[in-house]
Amino acid sequence: MRTWLRIFFVGGAISFRALFSWIRPSIYIPTLLIGPTTQIVFFAYLGRTAHLKSDSWFVVGNAVQSASLAALFGMGFAIDGERWTQTLSAVLATPANRAALFLGRALPVLANAAVTASTGFVGGALLLGFRMPWASVPALALLLVLASFACTGLGMLVGAVGLRLRDVPILANLTMAVLLIFCGVNVPLDKLPRWMHMAAEGLPVTHAVAASREVASGASLASVRTPILVEVALGCAYLLVGFALLRLFEEQGRRHGTLDRA
Amino acid sequence: MNLKMLGTSGFFILTSVVQPVIFATIAFYMFKSGGRPGTLLYTALGAGMMGVWSTTLFGSGGMIQWQRWQGTLELSVGAPPPMVLVYLPFSLANAVTGAYALAATLVWGRLVFGVPLHFAHPFLFAVALVATVLALGLMGLVLASTFILYRYANAMANLLEYPVWIASGLVFSTSILPAWTRPISWALPPYWGVLALRHAALGGEVWRPLGMVAVLGAASLVIATGTFRIFEHYARARATLSLT
Repeated sequence: MRTWLRIFFVGGAISFRALFSWIRPSIYIPTLLIGPTTQIVFFAYLGRTAHLKSDSWFVVGNAVQSASLAALFGMGFAIDGERWTQTLSAVLATPANRAALFLGRALPVLANAAVTASTGFVGGALLLGFRMPWASVPALALLLVLASFACTGLGMLVGAVGLRLRDVPILANLTMAVLLIFCGVNVPLDKLPRWMHMAAEGLPVTHAVAASREVASGASLASVRTPILVEVALGCAYLLVGFALLRLFEEQGRRHGTLDRA
Repeated sequence: MNLKMLGTSGFFILTSVVQPVIFATIAFYMFKSGGRPGTLLYTALGAGMMGVWSTTLFGSGGMIQWQRWQGTLELSVGAPPPMVLVYLPFSLANAVTGAYALAATLVWGRLVFGVPLHFAHPFLFAVALVATVLALGLMGLVLASTFILYRYANAMANLLEYPVWIASGLVFSTSILPAWTRPISWALPPYWGVLALRHAALGGEVWRPLGMVAVLGAASLVIATGTFRIFEHYARARATLSLT
Protein backbone atom coordinates (compact mmCIF):
# COMPACT_ATOMS: atom_id res chain seq x y z
CA MET A 1 0.00 0.00 0.00
CA ARG A 2 2.85 2.32 0.89
CA THR A 3 4.48 1.66 -2.48
CA TRP A 4 1.15 2.28 -4.21
CA LEU A 5 0.81 5.66 -2.49
CA ARG A 6 4.46 6.58 -3.23
CA ILE A 7 3.99 5.84 -6.93
CA PHE A 8 0.67 7.67 -6.94
CA PHE A 9 1.80 10.89 -5.24
CA VAL A 10 5.58 11.14 -5.72
CA GLY A 11 5.60 9.50 -9.15
CA GLY A 12 2.68 11.64 -10.29
CA ALA A 13 4.33 14.85 -9.10
CA ILE A 14 7.70 14.03 -10.66
CA SER A 15 6.06 13.00 -13.92
CA PHE A 16 4.09 16.25 -14.04
CA ARG A 17 7.22 18.32 -13.50
CA ALA A 18 9.18 16.34 -16.05
CA LEU A 19 6.66 15.96 -18.84
CA PHE A 20 4.37 18.96 -18.59
CA SER A 21 6.46 21.28 -20.72
CA TRP A 22 4.26 24.27 -19.92
CA ILE A 23 5.49 24.32 -16.36
CA ARG A 24 7.91 27.15 -17.24
CA PRO A 25 6.38 30.56 -16.34
CA SER A 26 7.19 31.86 -19.83
CA ILE A 27 4.85 29.24 -21.30
CA TYR A 28 2.48 28.58 -18.42
CA ILE A 29 1.34 32.18 -17.86
CA PRO A 30 0.49 33.13 -21.46
CA THR A 31 -1.02 29.77 -22.37
CA LEU A 32 -2.87 28.60 -19.29
CA LEU A 33 -3.49 31.73 -17.24
CA ILE A 34 -4.04 34.48 -19.82
CA GLY A 35 -5.32 32.29 -22.67
CA PRO A 36 -8.68 31.37 -21.11
CA THR A 37 -9.41 35.02 -20.36
CA THR A 38 -8.80 36.08 -23.95
CA GLN A 39 -11.15 33.32 -25.10
CA ILE A 40 -13.82 34.56 -22.68
CA VAL A 41 -13.50 38.17 -23.83
CA PHE A 42 -13.70 37.14 -27.49
CA PHE A 43 -16.88 35.11 -27.08
CA ALA A 44 -18.49 37.66 -24.76
CA TYR A 45 -18.06 40.37 -27.41
CA LEU A 46 -19.23 38.00 -30.12
CA GLY A 47 -22.26 37.23 -27.95
CA ARG A 48 -23.00 40.94 -27.57
CA THR A 49 -22.89 41.37 -31.34
CA ALA A 50 -25.09 38.32 -31.92
CA HIS A 51 -27.54 39.56 -29.25
CA LEU A 52 -27.39 36.10 -27.74
CA LYS A 53 -26.71 36.08 -23.99
CA SER A 54 -25.19 38.19 -21.22
CA ASP A 55 -21.45 38.45 -20.62
CA SER A 56 -21.82 36.37 -17.46
CA TRP A 57 -23.24 33.49 -19.47
CA PHE A 58 -20.11 33.43 -21.64
CA VAL A 59 -17.73 33.97 -18.72
CA VAL A 60 -19.05 30.92 -16.86
CA GLY A 61 -19.28 28.69 -19.94
CA ASN A 62 -15.82 29.45 -21.30
CA ALA A 63 -14.11 29.46 -17.91
CA VAL A 64 -15.44 25.99 -17.10
CA GLN A 65 -14.59 24.75 -20.60
CA SER A 66 -11.02 26.03 -20.26
CA ALA A 67 -10.42 23.25 -17.71
CA SER A 68 -10.29 20.95 -20.73
CA LEU A 69 -7.25 22.83 -22.09
CA ALA A 70 -5.03 21.84 -19.19
CA ALA A 71 -6.65 18.44 -18.69
CA LEU A 72 -6.54 17.18 -22.27
CA PHE A 73 -3.05 18.42 -23.07
CA GLY A 74 -1.78 17.57 -19.58
CA MET A 75 -2.89 13.94 -19.69
CA GLY A 76 -1.87 13.67 -23.33
CA PHE A 77 1.67 14.80 -22.53
CA ALA A 78 1.78 12.75 -19.30
CA ILE A 79 1.58 9.60 -21.43
CA ASP A 80 2.79 10.60 -24.88
CA GLY A 81 5.62 12.64 -23.39
CA GLU A 82 7.25 9.44 -22.18
CA ARG A 83 7.59 8.32 -25.77
CA TRP A 84 9.12 11.67 -26.78
CA THR A 85 11.68 11.36 -24.02
CA GLN A 86 12.16 7.67 -24.89
CA THR A 87 11.33 6.55 -21.37
CA LEU A 88 8.01 4.85 -22.12
CA SER A 89 9.48 1.36 -22.35
CA ALA A 90 11.43 1.87 -19.13
CA VAL A 91 8.31 3.06 -17.30
CA LEU A 92 6.18 0.20 -18.56
CA ALA A 93 8.89 -2.35 -17.84
CA THR A 94 8.60 -1.62 -14.12
CA PRO A 95 6.33 -3.85 -12.03
CA ALA A 96 4.63 -0.72 -10.63
CA ASN A 97 0.88 -0.89 -10.18
CA ARG A 98 -0.61 0.65 -13.32
CA ALA A 99 -3.49 2.31 -11.50
CA ALA A 100 -1.05 4.08 -9.17
CA LEU A 101 1.18 4.93 -12.11
CA PHE A 102 -1.43 6.51 -14.37
CA LEU A 103 -3.92 7.85 -11.82
CA GLY A 104 -1.02 9.48 -9.99
CA ARG A 105 -0.26 11.35 -13.18
CA ALA A 106 -3.86 12.46 -13.42
CA LEU A 107 -3.98 14.13 -10.01
CA PRO A 108 -1.65 17.11 -10.70
CA VAL A 109 -3.29 17.52 -14.10
CA LEU A 110 -6.70 17.73 -12.43
CA ALA A 111 -5.48 20.35 -9.94
CA ASN A 112 -3.87 22.36 -12.72
CA ALA A 113 -7.06 22.25 -14.79
CA ALA A 114 -9.08 23.63 -11.88
CA VAL A 115 -6.57 26.48 -11.43
CA THR A 116 -6.73 27.26 -15.16
CA ALA A 117 -10.53 27.37 -15.10
CA SER A 118 -10.59 29.62 -12.05
CA THR A 119 -8.34 32.20 -13.74
CA GLY A 120 -11.04 32.58 -16.37
CA PHE A 121 -13.43 33.80 -13.68
CA VAL A 122 -10.85 36.25 -12.38
CA GLY A 123 -10.25 37.54 -15.91
CA GLY A 124 -13.99 37.82 -16.51
CA ALA A 125 -14.39 39.79 -13.29
CA LEU A 126 -11.54 42.17 -14.14
CA LEU A 127 -12.30 42.77 -17.82
CA LEU A 128 -16.04 42.22 -18.17
CA GLY A 129 -17.33 43.09 -14.71
CA PHE A 130 -18.51 39.54 -14.01
CA ARG A 131 -20.00 39.26 -10.53
CA MET A 132 -21.56 36.43 -8.55
CA PRO A 133 -22.67 36.04 -4.93
CA TRP A 134 -19.69 35.42 -2.64
CA ALA A 135 -21.71 32.66 -1.00
CA SER A 136 -21.67 30.76 -4.30
CA VAL A 137 -17.86 30.71 -4.59
CA PRO A 138 -17.25 27.43 -2.65
CA ALA A 139 -19.95 25.63 -4.64
CA LEU A 140 -18.53 26.95 -7.91
CA ALA A 141 -15.02 25.89 -6.84
CA LEU A 142 -16.33 22.38 -6.26
CA LEU A 143 -17.95 22.38 -9.70
CA LEU A 144 -14.65 23.45 -11.28
CA VAL A 145 -12.91 20.52 -9.60
CA LEU A 146 -15.62 18.15 -10.86
CA ALA A 147 -15.40 19.55 -14.39
CA SER A 148 -11.61 19.19 -14.21
CA PHE A 149 -12.03 15.61 -13.02
CA ALA A 150 -14.33 14.77 -15.95
CA CYS A 151 -11.98 16.48 -18.42
CA THR A 152 -9.01 14.61 -16.92
CA GLY A 153 -10.92 11.38 -17.49
CA LEU A 154 -11.36 12.37 -21.12
CA GLY A 155 -7.68 13.34 -21.16
CA MET A 156 -6.79 9.82 -20.03
CA LEU A 157 -8.70 8.51 -23.03
CA VAL A 158 -6.89 10.96 -25.33
CA GLY A 159 -3.55 9.92 -23.84
CA ALA A 160 -4.40 6.25 -24.35
CA VAL A 161 -5.36 6.81 -27.98
CA GLY A 162 -2.10 8.78 -28.24
CA LEU A 163 -0.27 5.49 -27.71
CA ARG A 164 -1.60 4.48 -31.09
CA LEU A 165 -1.56 7.82 -32.93
CA ARG A 166 1.41 10.08 -33.43
CA ASP A 167 0.02 13.58 -32.81
CA VAL A 168 -1.51 13.94 -29.37
CA PRO A 169 -1.67 17.77 -29.68
CA ILE A 170 -3.90 17.41 -32.75
CA LEU A 171 -6.12 14.91 -30.97
CA ALA A 172 -6.36 17.17 -27.92
CA ASN A 173 -7.12 20.23 -30.08
CA LEU A 174 -9.88 18.43 -31.95
CA THR A 175 -11.39 17.14 -28.72
CA MET A 176 -11.34 20.65 -27.27
CA ALA A 177 -13.07 21.95 -30.38
CA VAL A 178 -15.80 19.35 -29.99
CA LEU A 179 -16.33 20.44 -26.39
CA LEU A 180 -16.42 24.09 -27.45
CA ILE A 181 -19.08 23.50 -30.10
CA PHE A 182 -21.22 20.77 -28.56
CA CYS A 183 -21.35 21.47 -24.82
CA GLY A 184 -23.44 24.62 -24.68
CA VAL A 185 -20.41 26.76 -23.93
CA ASN A 186 -21.19 29.49 -26.45
CA VAL A 187 -24.42 28.33 -28.08
CA PRO A 188 -27.44 27.29 -25.96
CA LEU A 189 -27.96 23.55 -26.26
CA ASP A 190 -31.56 23.95 -27.43
CA LYS A 191 -30.33 26.02 -30.38
CA LEU A 192 -28.07 23.24 -31.63
CA PRO A 193 -29.28 20.45 -33.94
CA ARG A 194 -30.82 17.57 -32.02
CA TRP A 195 -27.97 15.13 -32.74
CA MET A 196 -25.44 17.61 -31.37
CA HIS A 197 -27.58 18.17 -28.32
CA MET A 198 -27.78 14.42 -27.71
CA ALA A 199 -24.04 13.97 -28.20
CA ALA A 200 -23.43 16.77 -25.69
CA GLU A 201 -25.24 14.79 -23.00
CA GLY A 202 -22.45 12.22 -23.11
CA LEU A 203 -19.58 14.70 -23.00
CA PRO A 204 -17.78 16.18 -20.01
CA VAL A 205 -18.22 19.96 -19.51
CA THR A 206 -21.89 20.04 -20.65
CA HIS A 207 -23.37 19.31 -17.24
CA ALA A 208 -20.69 21.20 -15.32
CA VAL A 209 -21.34 24.32 -17.42
CA ALA A 210 -25.11 24.07 -16.87
CA ALA A 211 -24.68 23.58 -13.11
CA SER A 212 -22.09 26.36 -12.85
CA ARG A 213 -24.39 28.84 -14.56
CA GLU A 214 -27.12 28.01 -12.05
CA VAL A 215 -24.78 28.29 -9.09
CA ALA A 216 -23.22 31.52 -10.36
CA SER A 217 -26.68 33.06 -10.46
CA GLY A 218 -27.30 32.12 -6.83
CA ALA A 219 -28.72 28.58 -6.92
CA SER A 220 -27.70 26.13 -4.21
CA LEU A 221 -25.50 23.12 -4.80
CA ALA A 222 -28.37 20.82 -3.86
CA SER A 223 -30.51 22.23 -6.65
CA VAL A 224 -27.97 21.12 -9.27
CA ARG A 225 -27.48 17.66 -7.83
CA THR A 226 -28.46 15.87 -11.05
CA PRO A 227 -25.98 17.54 -13.43
CA ILE A 228 -23.27 17.12 -10.79
CA LEU A 229 -23.89 13.40 -10.52
CA VAL A 230 -23.97 13.02 -14.29
CA GLU A 231 -20.67 14.92 -14.64
CA VAL A 232 -19.02 12.72 -12.00
CA ALA A 233 -20.39 9.58 -13.65
CA LEU A 234 -19.08 10.72 -17.04
CA GLY A 235 -15.68 11.49 -15.55
CA CYS A 236 -15.49 8.02 -13.98
CA ALA A 237 -16.61 6.39 -17.22
CA TYR A 238 -14.02 8.19 -19.35
CA LEU A 239 -11.32 7.50 -16.77
CA LEU A 240 -12.13 3.78 -16.72
CA VAL A 241 -12.32 3.49 -20.49
CA GLY A 242 -9.08 5.47 -20.85
CA PHE A 243 -7.34 3.29 -18.28
CA ALA A 244 -8.62 0.09 -19.90
CA LEU A 245 -7.39 1.29 -23.31
CA LEU A 246 -4.01 2.15 -21.82
CA ARG A 247 -3.68 -1.40 -20.50
CA LEU A 248 -4.83 -2.84 -23.81
CA PHE A 249 -2.43 -0.75 -25.90
CA GLU A 250 0.38 -1.42 -23.43
CA GLU A 251 -0.22 -5.14 -23.76
CA GLN A 252 -0.34 -4.93 -27.56
CA GLY A 253 2.71 -2.68 -27.64
CA ARG A 254 4.73 -5.11 -25.54
CA ARG A 255 3.65 -8.06 -27.65
CA HIS A 256 4.47 -6.38 -30.97
CA GLY A 257 7.45 -4.37 -29.75
CA THR A 258 5.84 -1.10 -30.82
CA LEU A 259 5.72 0.86 -27.56
CA ASP A 260 8.15 3.50 -28.77
CA ARG A 261 6.71 3.60 -32.27
CA ALA A 262 3.52 5.49 -33.08
CA MET B 1 9.64 24.29 -50.12
CA ASN B 2 8.15 25.76 -46.95
CA LEU B 3 4.65 24.88 -48.14
CA LYS B 4 5.79 21.31 -48.73
CA MET B 5 7.19 21.10 -45.21
CA LEU B 6 4.05 22.65 -43.74
CA GLY B 7 1.95 20.15 -45.66
CA THR B 8 3.51 17.36 -43.62
CA SER B 9 2.54 19.00 -40.33
CA GLY B 10 -0.79 17.77 -39.03
CA PHE B 11 -0.88 20.64 -36.56
CA PHE B 12 -0.50 23.24 -39.31
CA ILE B 13 -3.24 21.59 -41.35
CA LEU B 14 -5.44 21.62 -38.26
CA THR B 15 -4.77 25.34 -37.80
CA SER B 16 -5.31 26.33 -41.40
CA VAL B 17 -8.12 23.99 -42.42
CA VAL B 18 -10.04 22.58 -39.47
CA GLN B 19 -9.87 25.35 -36.90
CA PRO B 20 -11.39 28.12 -39.07
CA VAL B 21 -14.31 25.86 -39.87
CA ILE B 22 -14.81 25.12 -36.17
CA PHE B 23 -14.87 28.79 -35.20
CA ALA B 24 -17.03 29.64 -38.18
CA THR B 25 -19.52 26.99 -37.06
CA ILE B 26 -19.69 28.43 -33.55
CA ALA B 27 -20.09 31.97 -34.90
CA PHE B 28 -22.79 30.88 -37.37
CA TYR B 29 -24.78 29.18 -34.62
CA MET B 30 -24.36 32.18 -32.33
CA PHE B 31 -25.64 34.63 -34.94
CA LYS B 32 -28.49 32.34 -35.95
CA SER B 33 -29.47 31.76 -32.33
CA GLY B 34 -29.31 35.48 -31.63
CA GLY B 35 -31.78 36.15 -34.42
CA ARG B 36 -29.24 37.81 -36.73
CA PRO B 37 -28.91 35.34 -39.62
CA GLY B 38 -28.65 38.25 -42.09
CA THR B 39 -25.08 38.76 -40.92
CA LEU B 40 -23.84 35.33 -42.02
CA LEU B 41 -21.60 36.56 -44.86
CA TYR B 42 -20.14 39.14 -42.46
CA THR B 43 -19.46 36.28 -40.04
CA ALA B 44 -18.04 33.99 -42.72
CA LEU B 45 -15.54 36.64 -43.84
CA GLY B 46 -14.49 37.32 -40.26
CA ALA B 47 -14.14 33.64 -39.40
CA GLY B 48 -12.09 33.13 -42.56
CA MET B 49 -9.81 36.00 -41.61
CA MET B 50 -9.42 34.42 -38.17
CA GLY B 51 -8.04 31.41 -39.99
CA VAL B 52 -5.67 33.56 -42.06
CA TRP B 53 -4.33 35.15 -38.88
CA SER B 54 -3.96 31.82 -37.03
CA THR B 55 -2.11 30.30 -39.97
CA THR B 56 0.22 33.28 -40.20
CA LEU B 57 0.80 33.27 -36.45
CA PHE B 58 1.54 29.58 -36.01
CA GLY B 59 3.39 29.40 -39.32
CA SER B 60 5.63 32.35 -38.47
CA GLY B 61 6.40 31.01 -35.03
CA GLY B 62 6.85 27.53 -36.36
CA MET B 63 9.23 28.32 -39.20
CA ILE B 64 11.95 29.55 -36.81
CA GLN B 65 11.18 26.91 -34.19
CA TRP B 66 11.15 24.00 -36.66
CA GLN B 67 14.45 25.11 -38.12
CA ARG B 68 15.85 25.30 -34.60
CA TRP B 69 14.68 21.75 -33.86
CA GLN B 70 16.04 20.48 -37.16
CA GLY B 71 19.39 22.19 -36.61
CA THR B 72 19.14 24.26 -39.79
CA LEU B 73 18.63 27.68 -38.18
CA GLU B 74 22.39 28.33 -37.96
CA LEU B 75 22.72 27.55 -41.67
CA SER B 76 20.05 30.12 -42.51
CA VAL B 77 21.71 32.70 -40.30
CA GLY B 78 25.11 31.91 -41.77
CA ALA B 79 23.90 32.28 -45.38
CA PRO B 80 25.13 35.45 -47.17
CA PRO B 81 21.69 37.05 -47.84
CA PRO B 82 20.07 39.09 -45.04
CA MET B 83 18.00 36.90 -42.78
CA VAL B 84 14.85 38.86 -43.58
CA LEU B 85 15.20 37.89 -47.24
CA VAL B 86 15.64 34.23 -46.34
CA TYR B 87 12.43 34.18 -44.34
CA LEU B 88 10.29 36.52 -46.46
CA PRO B 89 9.16 33.78 -48.89
CA PHE B 90 8.53 31.44 -45.94
CA SER B 91 6.25 33.95 -44.29
CA LEU B 92 4.41 34.77 -47.51
CA ALA B 93 3.89 31.06 -48.12
CA ASN B 94 2.34 30.75 -44.65
CA ALA B 95 -0.04 33.60 -45.33
CA VAL B 96 -1.01 32.24 -48.75
CA THR B 97 -1.92 28.98 -47.03
CA GLY B 98 -4.09 31.13 -44.77
CA ALA B 99 -6.06 32.27 -47.81
CA TYR B 100 -7.13 28.67 -48.10
CA ALA B 101 -8.62 29.00 -44.62
CA LEU B 102 -10.77 31.86 -45.86
CA ALA B 103 -11.88 29.89 -48.89
CA ALA B 104 -12.64 26.82 -46.76
CA THR B 105 -14.74 28.90 -44.38
CA LEU B 106 -16.74 30.49 -47.19
CA VAL B 107 -17.39 27.12 -48.82
CA TRP B 108 -18.34 25.59 -45.45
CA GLY B 109 -20.69 28.48 -44.76
CA ARG B 110 -22.28 28.13 -48.20
CA LEU B 111 -22.74 24.34 -48.02
CA VAL B 112 -23.76 23.91 -44.40
CA PHE B 113 -25.37 27.20 -43.42
CA GLY B 114 -26.52 28.51 -46.79
CA VAL B 115 -24.47 31.70 -46.58
CA PRO B 116 -25.18 33.77 -49.71
CA LEU B 117 -21.88 34.37 -51.53
CA HIS B 118 -22.90 37.46 -53.49
CA PHE B 119 -20.07 39.97 -53.53
CA ALA B 120 -20.80 43.63 -54.25
CA HIS B 121 -17.38 44.15 -55.91
CA PRO B 122 -15.88 40.78 -56.90
CA PHE B 123 -12.75 42.27 -58.50
CA LEU B 124 -12.03 44.50 -55.53
CA PHE B 125 -12.63 41.54 -53.24
CA ALA B 126 -9.90 39.59 -55.04
CA VAL B 127 -7.53 42.58 -54.84
CA ALA B 128 -8.31 43.07 -51.16
CA LEU B 129 -7.73 39.39 -50.45
CA VAL B 130 -4.32 39.35 -52.12
CA ALA B 131 -3.26 42.60 -50.41
CA THR B 132 -4.46 41.41 -47.01
CA VAL B 133 -2.75 38.06 -47.27
CA LEU B 134 0.52 39.73 -48.29
CA ALA B 135 0.28 42.27 -45.45
CA LEU B 136 -0.36 39.52 -42.92
CA GLY B 137 2.59 37.59 -44.29
CA LEU B 138 4.79 40.66 -43.74
CA MET B 139 3.37 41.09 -40.24
CA GLY B 140 4.21 37.44 -39.65
CA LEU B 141 7.77 38.27 -40.57
CA VAL B 142 7.97 40.73 -37.65
CA LEU B 143 6.62 38.04 -35.33
CA ALA B 144 9.06 35.48 -36.69
CA SER B 145 11.98 37.78 -35.91
CA THR B 146 10.98 37.86 -32.23
CA PHE B 147 11.02 34.07 -32.11
CA ILE B 148 14.77 34.17 -32.72
CA LEU B 149 15.12 35.43 -29.16
CA TYR B 150 11.93 34.09 -27.57
CA ARG B 151 12.17 30.34 -27.87
CA TYR B 152 8.67 29.45 -26.83
CA ALA B 153 6.96 30.38 -30.07
CA ASN B 154 3.93 28.21 -29.43
CA ALA B 155 3.19 29.97 -26.16
CA MET B 156 3.47 33.36 -27.84
CA ALA B 157 1.25 32.16 -30.68
CA ASN B 158 -1.34 30.90 -28.20
CA LEU B 159 -1.26 34.24 -26.43
CA LEU B 160 -1.62 36.38 -29.54
CA GLU B 161 -4.38 34.47 -31.31
CA TYR B 162 -7.52 35.71 -29.56
CA PRO B 163 -6.30 39.26 -28.75
CA VAL B 164 -5.66 40.02 -32.42
CA TRP B 165 -9.02 38.51 -33.38
CA ILE B 166 -10.60 40.84 -30.80
CA ALA B 167 -8.64 44.00 -31.55
CA SER B 168 -9.04 43.57 -35.31
CA GLY B 169 -12.81 43.23 -35.00
CA LEU B 170 -12.84 40.23 -37.28
CA VAL B 171 -16.32 39.01 -36.33
CA PHE B 172 -17.66 42.04 -34.48
CA SER B 173 -17.27 45.77 -34.78
CA THR B 174 -14.42 47.36 -32.83
CA SER B 175 -16.87 50.10 -31.83
CA ILE B 176 -18.07 47.85 -28.98
CA LEU B 177 -14.54 47.59 -27.57
CA PRO B 178 -13.19 50.08 -25.00
CA ALA B 179 -12.01 53.32 -26.60
CA TRP B 180 -8.39 52.78 -25.51
CA THR B 181 -8.12 49.78 -27.83
CA ARG B 182 -8.76 51.83 -31.01
CA PRO B 183 -5.11 52.80 -31.68
CA ILE B 184 -4.16 49.13 -31.31
CA SER B 185 -6.78 48.18 -33.90
CA TRP B 186 -5.60 50.86 -36.31
CA ALA B 187 -2.03 49.53 -36.14
CA LEU B 188 -3.07 46.01 -37.12
CA PRO B 189 -3.18 44.98 -40.81
CA PRO B 190 -5.98 42.43 -40.14
CA TYR B 191 -8.25 45.26 -38.96
CA TRP B 192 -7.93 47.10 -42.28
CA GLY B 193 -7.85 43.88 -44.23
CA VAL B 194 -11.19 42.66 -42.93
CA LEU B 195 -12.67 46.13 -43.49
CA ALA B 196 -11.54 46.05 -47.12
CA LEU B 197 -12.88 42.52 -47.62
CA ARG B 198 -16.14 43.35 -45.88
CA HIS B 199 -16.71 46.51 -47.92
CA ALA B 200 -15.82 44.71 -51.15
CA ALA B 201 -18.26 41.92 -50.33
CA LEU B 202 -21.11 43.81 -48.72
CA GLY B 203 -20.66 47.27 -50.22
CA GLY B 204 -18.73 50.28 -48.98
CA GLU B 205 -15.52 52.20 -49.49
CA VAL B 206 -12.69 49.75 -50.31
CA TRP B 207 -9.69 51.82 -51.38
CA ARG B 208 -9.01 53.58 -48.07
CA PRO B 209 -8.76 50.39 -45.97
CA LEU B 210 -6.88 48.79 -48.86
CA GLY B 211 -4.39 51.67 -48.80
CA MET B 212 -3.93 51.20 -45.07
CA VAL B 213 -3.28 47.49 -45.63
CA ALA B 214 -0.55 48.37 -48.11
CA VAL B 215 1.00 51.00 -45.81
CA LEU B 216 1.01 48.70 -42.78
CA GLY B 217 2.36 45.83 -44.86
CA ALA B 218 5.25 48.01 -46.05
CA ALA B 219 5.84 49.23 -42.49
CA SER B 220 5.95 45.63 -41.29
CA LEU B 221 8.64 44.83 -43.85
CA VAL B 222 10.75 47.79 -42.73
CA ILE B 223 10.33 46.84 -39.06
CA ALA B 224 11.09 43.17 -39.78
CA THR B 225 14.29 44.14 -41.62
CA GLY B 226 15.49 45.96 -38.51
CA THR B 227 14.32 43.43 -35.94
CA PHE B 228 15.78 40.47 -37.81
CA ARG B 229 19.16 42.20 -37.87
CA ILE B 230 19.02 43.18 -34.19
CA PHE B 231 17.64 39.92 -32.81
CA GLU B 232 19.97 37.82 -34.93
CA HIS B 233 22.92 39.80 -33.54
CA TYR B 234 21.72 39.33 -29.94
CA ALA B 235 21.17 35.59 -30.44
CA ARG B 236 24.63 35.18 -31.94
CA ALA B 237 26.27 37.32 -29.23
CA ARG B 238 24.60 35.36 -26.44
CA ALA B 239 25.05 32.04 -28.23
CA THR B 240 21.36 31.22 -27.79
CA LEU B 241 20.49 30.67 -31.43
CA SER B 242 20.21 26.90 -31.33
CA LEU B 243 18.98 26.51 -27.75
CA THR B 244 15.58 24.86 -27.64
